[in-house]
Amino acid sequence: MSHWAAISTIAKRELSAYFESPVAYVFLVIFLLLAGFFTFTFGGFFERGEASLAALFNWLPWLFLFLVPAVGMRLWSEERRLGTIELLLTMPVSAWQAILGKFLASWAFLIIALALTFPIIITVNWLGDPDNGVIASGYIGAALLAGAYLAISSMTSALTRNQVIAFILAVVLCLLLILVGFSPVTDLLSRWASPWLVEAVTRFSVLTHYDGFQKGVLDSRGVLYFLSVIAFTLFATGVVIRNHRA
Amino acid sequence: MIKVENLSKSFGQKRAVDGISFEVAKGEVLGFLGPNGAGKSTTMRMITGFIPASAGSVSVCGLDVLEHPIEVKRRIGYLPEAAPSYTDMSVLSFLKFAAGMRGLRGEGRRNAIRRVVELCHLENVLGQTIDTLSKGFRHRTCLAQALVHDPEVLILDEPTDGLDPNQKHEVRTLIRRMGESKAIIFSTHILEEVEEACTRAIIIDRGRIVANGTPQELKARAPSGKLDDFFRSITRSDVVEKAA
Repeated sequence: MSHWAAISTIAKRELSAYFESPVAYVFLVIFLLLAGFFTFTFGGFFERGEASLAALFNWLPWLFLFLVPAVGMRLWSEERRLGTIELLLTMPVSAWQAILGKFLASWAFLIIALALTFPIIITVNWLGDPDNGVIASGYIGAALLAGAYLAISSMTSALTRNQVIAFILAVVLCLLLILVGFSPVTDLLSRWASPWLVEAVTRFSVLTHYDGFQKGVLDSRGVLYFLSVIAFTLFATGVVIRNHRA
Repeated sequence: MIKVENLSKSFGQKRAVDGISFEVAKGEVLGFLGPNGAGKSTTMRMITGFIPASAGSVSVCGLDVLEHPIEVKRRIGYLPEAAPSYTDMSVLSFLKFAAGMRGLRGEGRRNAIRRVVELCHLENVLGQTIDTLSKGFRHRTCLAQALVHDPEVLILDEPTDGLDPNQKHEVRTLIRRMGESKAIIFSTHILEEVEEACTRAIIIDRGRIVANGTPQELKARAPSGKLDDFFRSITRSDVVEKAA
């Protein structure tokens, strides 16, 4: 069996597991309700007087902060709790295929959730004349952000059979990646730290790179940043799983 | 078909498996006996490649487990202890997944699933969520998963655990029948099972092999001629050890 066939078999099972349980529907409803709520109230969708999705995208890093770990927390801790990790890893696949398959399925699920915010796109296009290129790059940034949070959740999920612990660890790590680029924090930091240090620290933040996409800039450094976070944390997932078995 | 040489496993200071060696040929059913915590499951996990050995080697069908893990896993059907499965899935989708992971597609997959469903008597629960099944059905669902690709080697960790006497008997019959064309290792606490289904038995205690022979040979070594008595005479209960 080819690498890809194994990965896609695992991904298909994982994705159908979301939809065979109420998890997927509960998540989708809550995500869409909250996304709509933030966009039209705190986001000031109408008050902005501009045809854009900024009202949605500004809130996504915070909304995802809780919702993505909620999707990712079960990835490996559930396998460990049920004991199915022993089944999965004694089937003819390597650990990295399993890690990638499970990650891709959950990522696809999050991208489906993102895609379901399309009524907001229709609304802005109906009300005004937005730059749909900026909207597209905004969505790419949002998908990459979700992927990075998800890969972090995959790593924390591999650490424990307790989903609550996996969830909290993931939220804390993702929050850290937000805060190092969050202006109230960086302002505080720049009072005593030298500018180059502040600059270096903010480079590690998801916000720094995410904001670029929201301005309509498809920056290769931004893509590279998110993909390296994903690659690194998935690699760490593999190390955790291997150490757990040894 | 299965060759285990000087296999050892340590968890920190604790030596769970301590230099055991044995072989299982095609057509043999090896019963794996021993008190709880003797190292039975650990040994099986090393043979299936789930955990790496600390020392020694395992080869299956002439292939080293560490050097060719995927090739070895392809040839093994494994029923882990407590028969885990994805409880949110239906029996049929779980078996489809297991068959898919074994590279079976289309007609081949349908036939394979039909065969194991019949073998494990799952016809009436195919559409049910595994969560809602009784322990016996869950167990047989996991067993079906291990058989779906008709493997040359079967590793079954307590395959009759949690089954009622009828189901136990049926699984033992199944094991004996499959043993004619495969190499099988199964672990159990029930000594009669060894007499009923095994061609050979190994007793391990605290990570070491303390006896290896046909059920008849082992029985003959106890003055009473009972396997129970022989088992108790060569293994130590952890309860007794604590008291001493």
